[in-house]
This record gives sequence, structure tokens and C-alpha cells, in this order.
Amino acid sequence: MIVRIATESQYRLPDDDAAELNELDNEVVSAVEAGNEDRFHEVFEQMLDLVRRAGQPLDEDELAESDVILPPPDTSFVEAAEEFTGEGLIPD
Amino acid sequence: MPGMGGRMSVVIKAKINKLLDRAEDPAETLEYSYQKQMELLQNVKKGIADVVTSKKRLQLQQQKLEQQVVKLDTQARQALAQGREDLARTALERKQFAQGELQSLDQQVAELESQQASLIEKESKLRSKIEQFRTKKEVIKAQYSAAEASVKISEAASGVGEEMADVGMAMQRALDKTEDMRARAGAMDELEAAGAFDDNLALGSGSTDDIDRELHQLTSQSDVDDDLAKLKAELGQGPAPDQPSLGSGEQERQA
Repeated sequence: MIVRIATESQYRLPDDDAAELNELDNEVVSAVEAGNEDRFHEVFEQMLDLVRRAGQPLDEDELAESDVILPPPDTSFVEAAEEFTGEGLIPD
Repeated sequence: MPGMGGRMSVVIKAKINKLLDRAEDPAETLEYSYQKQMELLQNVKKGIADVVTSKKRLQLQQQKLEQQVVKLDTQARQALAQGREDLARTALERKQFAQGELQSLDQQVAELESQQASLIEKESKLRSKIEQFRTKKEVIKAQYSAAEASVKISEAASGVGEEMADVGMAMQRALDKTEDMRARAGAMDELEAAGAFDDNLALGSGSTDDIDRELHQLTSQSDVDDDLAKLKAELGQGPAPDQPSLGSGEQERQA
């Protein structure tokens, strides 16, 4: 699976790690929904770490579309919360 | 993936689709996306220039604050030498405030520096992807049937489109941050000009006089006293001044 960390880079992530990423993603969403800022930062950081650690950066000349795009590493809690208001989570 | 990552992907893909929507047939899509890419590359360059300009403005602000710190320190020394502890305290309090602002400004400028560096890197990466697209576009035009070409084009264009959307986002975030910093620095200027710090800082002096004017008067007065004492000493009318000299460069200033 190809994962992009927005404003940073694109990585190729093995399937096993992609499954873990998915779990972390769900945790981030619950943290945001619960209004738990500390937990949000903690888990979001784990997601970024996982991709940077387990992922293989894509070559400069590779033109590939990402399967998943993570928000920028400096995403604030407020911004994260905005992602999930309105047409955010629910229609997905 | 329905969460954060999924949501971001949807947003970015919508942007890319908007970019590519206009053209109808594959060949047109190819030319159109390439043209659009070159156009956006120019925007990225402009955006980087904007970040640099903003950074320069903040650096000017930094210099002003540094001068302010030095000036307030000198004023505090002068006030203390004159036994005006109240004024010295006020000047030192202002100095503390200015130093605090300076510290956060230093941090912000450093952050901008690194954002600028990463934008430049991203711009060059985008440029090489566009170049890659240009090569690929000729191959696709020459080798594939219309149906196949359509698929290949949309893959390649999406790859570049995503990169562009990403650089655009990085640029927008950097610019938003500089705007915040500039607004804050500007607000500080206005506050200072309006003398709004005085109310908070003129503790214990019980005076409504403008501190700068009072300190200036003190300084001038002390210069005059100094000159007078020197003159007296020269004329043998009295002892040389034992206080630290404030106006002359001949005697060393006491720390």
C-alpha cells in the first residue's frame, strides 16, 4: 500500500503494517471524537512513526497515486477535529 | 480506511479530479495536465518567495526588538544611577517583556527557515516529477491505444496531481503561519505605539508621565550634571565626580 504523509513524503508500506496503521487510524478517530487531545497526539505520532519506520520512501521519479494520505505531521487537535465535523466521518 | 487518512485522501483526490476534469480525450488530458503542472510550478515558486518576504519582515521586527532591549537596559542603568529605582524597575520590566517576545520571534523565524528549506526541496521534487510526466506523456501518446492510454494517463496525472496538491498544502500552511506571526508582530507594534504597556508596567511609580520622556529628562539632566562636575574639577573648584559617568566616553561606565 502506498501511503503519503501530507507535506512530507510518499512511502510504500507492507500489508501487515498497513493493517496496524488502520487500527491506529481508528484509535485516532475515537480520540478526536472523545475530545482527548493528549491521546490524539500520542496515537497520531505512532501512526507517523509506523509509516516512516516500516515504509520504504518512493523513488523521486515514481509517479504513483497514494492509497492513503495522512494529514500533515503538524496537524493540530483543532484541525483534526475539523476533519471530522460536517461531511467528515459520517458519509465515509 | 475510513478515518483521518481516508478523509485526507478523499479531499486531495477531489482536488486532483477538479484539475483534470476539463479535458475530454486522452491526448488533450495529457497536454492539459502538463500545462497545468507548469503553471502550478510557477505558483509554488511565487509561494516560496512570499515565505521569504514574510521571514524578512519578521527579521526586521527582531532587530527592532533587540534595539529596544539594549535601550531599555541603558535606561534602567541610568535611572538606577540617579537613584530612581522605580523608573529602573519599570524599564527592566519592559525589557523582560521585550525579551520574551524576542525569544518567541527567534523560534518562529527558525521554524520559517526550516519550512522554507523543505519547500525548496519539495519544489525540486515536483519539478522532477513533472519532467517524468513529460517523458511518460510522449511514450503514452506513441504506444498506447486510446482506451489503454486513458488508464495510463490518469495514473500518471494523479501521481503528479497528488504531488502538486501536497506542495500546495505545505505552502499554504507555511504562509498561514507567517501571517499569524506577522499579525502578532504588527499588534505588538501598535500596542507599543499607543503606549498600552505603560499601564501594566508603570508599577509603583505613581506617575502618569511617559516613562521615555522622564528617562530622557533624567539622562539630559545627568549629562548636564556630569559636564558641570567635570568643568568644576577642571577649574579646581571641587572633586571629580565619583558617580559613574553617563554622558562622556572618557570614563569607563560602571556595570
